[in-house]
Amino acid sequence: MDVAPHPHDIGHDPGAPLVDLPGHSSRGRLERVLRRGEFAVTAELNPPDSADPEDVYERAKIFEGWVDGINATDGSGAHCHMSSVAICALLTRVGYAPILQISCRDYNRIAIQGNVLGAAALQVGNVLCLTGDGVQCGDHPEAKPVFDLDSIGLLSIICHMRDKGQFLSGRKITTPPRVFVGAAENPFAPPFDFRPIRLAKKITAGAQFVQTQYCFDLPLMQRFMNKVRDMGLDEKCFILAGVGPLASAKTARWMRANVAGVHIPDEVIARLEGAKDQKNEGKRICIEMIQQMREMKGIAGVHVMAYRQEQYVSEIVHESGVLKGRAPWRRDFVPKMQAVESLQA
Amino acid sequence: MLSAALTPSAFEPRGKRPAATGGFRLRLWSVRHSAGLERFYNLFERVLIVAAPLLRRIGYDRLERPVAFVERHIKGALFDCRMCGDCVLSSTGMSCPMNCPKALRNGPCGGVRANGGCEVYPDMPCVWVKAWEGSRNMRAGAQINVPLPPVNNALKGSSSWLRLVRRRTGVEAA
Repeated sequence: MDVAPHPHDIGHDPGAPLVDLPGHSSRGRLERVLRRGEFAVTAELNPPDSADPEDVYERAKIFEGWVDGINATDGSGAHCHMSSVAICALLTRVGYAPILQISCRDYNRIAIQGNVLGAAALQVGNVLCLTGDGVQCGDHPEAKPVFDLDSIGLLSIICHMRDKGQFLSGRKITTPPRVFVGAAENPFAPPFDFRPIRLAKKITAGAQFVQTQYCFDLPLMQRFMNKVRDMGLDEKCFILAGVGPLASAKTARWMRANVAGVHIPDEVIARLEGAKDQKNEGKRICIEMIQQMREMKGIAGVHVMAYRQEQYVSEIVHESGVLKGRAPWRRDFVPKMQAVESLQA
Repeated sequence: MLSAALTPSAFEPRGKRPAATGGFRLRLWSVRHSAGLERFYNLFERVLIVAAPLLRRIGYDRLERPVAFVERHIKGALFDCRMCGDCVLSSTGMSCPMNCPKALRNGPCGGVRANGGCEVYPDMPCVWVKAWEGSRNMRAGAQINVPLPPVNNALKGSSSWLRLVRRRTGVEAA
């Protein structure tokens, strides 16, 4: 690990904002990596059920030097955890590049716009706009679902705030939020022919990057991407394919039956079942999928969701070789003369 | 049967539960006949606009309650209409998006089941899977590709027919 991170990704101090680059919506590192044409890697942080900031730092540290962005989930699966804004704010203090997930399930447009301003003030550079799982799948099924906006409305509101410097109401914002705005898409759920059109709608609404649902079905992903390329969508937005290791055939079956929107083909489960070490086979499948995504035209990166297997993310990214000798930002990097020179150039 | 976990609160704006199994039949009929309904709606719209001066003379305020009453019952039967007051059936394949438990107006969420069932109510066909099917039969089916702005919750319960006439004749801003 003595490769230097890209000079544009290093601030004078880990927690300080980076210099502005022309044409960029944010000062975040994720946008820089993607716009340079590098294959980006993001990972999902499992939010703690705790009020201790150290729990967040511990969970983020294992990704350090391996990923370009860390997703802070927003009550995923409709379960309570530490809030995504708070996790992001803790992460920016260290210098990590968090991706703030906002789900429409829990807030109305008043709360959301306030949260976006607050997050941007805390140096959060990336926002991911989600519909959110229904309350029925979480630990509080008796909660009132909000869904004041849908993900496309959410995207358009945040872009309106950033680009027009106004709230949805038209009231002026003195310092607009500088954020790189993303969306999610699930190419593996019906209606399949509508999915690329929905992605196009999200791009029209302002999506600059997209993270997909777990990809275990390569043919279905190819079908989706063929249509996406035909429509030219891969040139208008950065597509990060969702991947992740399956711990065992049993876990895979459980996920397929109980986690909304996750599609795992029978062949994948059969392969896990036939393996001597199922956990290791799950990692192999994930690594192979990352390598296939690296080769697929129009894919700009991968989003690794290793729920409860976060400790393997570095290993998976390393073995897949997708970084090709590139080093994402890390804290312990001491700039050498060379890097400092190119910073000044 | 629908799952026991039915929460009426999921069905804002009207807090109306989805009907028991089989209750979607008329709604699904409407989606299958989206092309015919589209033709009918276009004709109906022209009639309303021709009648606009008359409606205006009677007074939109005075008409609001009786028209909303009729609209609620006709569209309630045909589409399980929730009276959002800002009807977009022509953009959604004649499948009312307010029947989606997440009230999505721009397309399906990522939780649609492999059989096309709703994530929240597995026995209910996804409103947007149906919307996509319905839109394929419609002349203006490509309207489904256009992003719609967030719904205006202040219009809830009001007549979208009268709103359409007012907007088309410039009485109300679109």
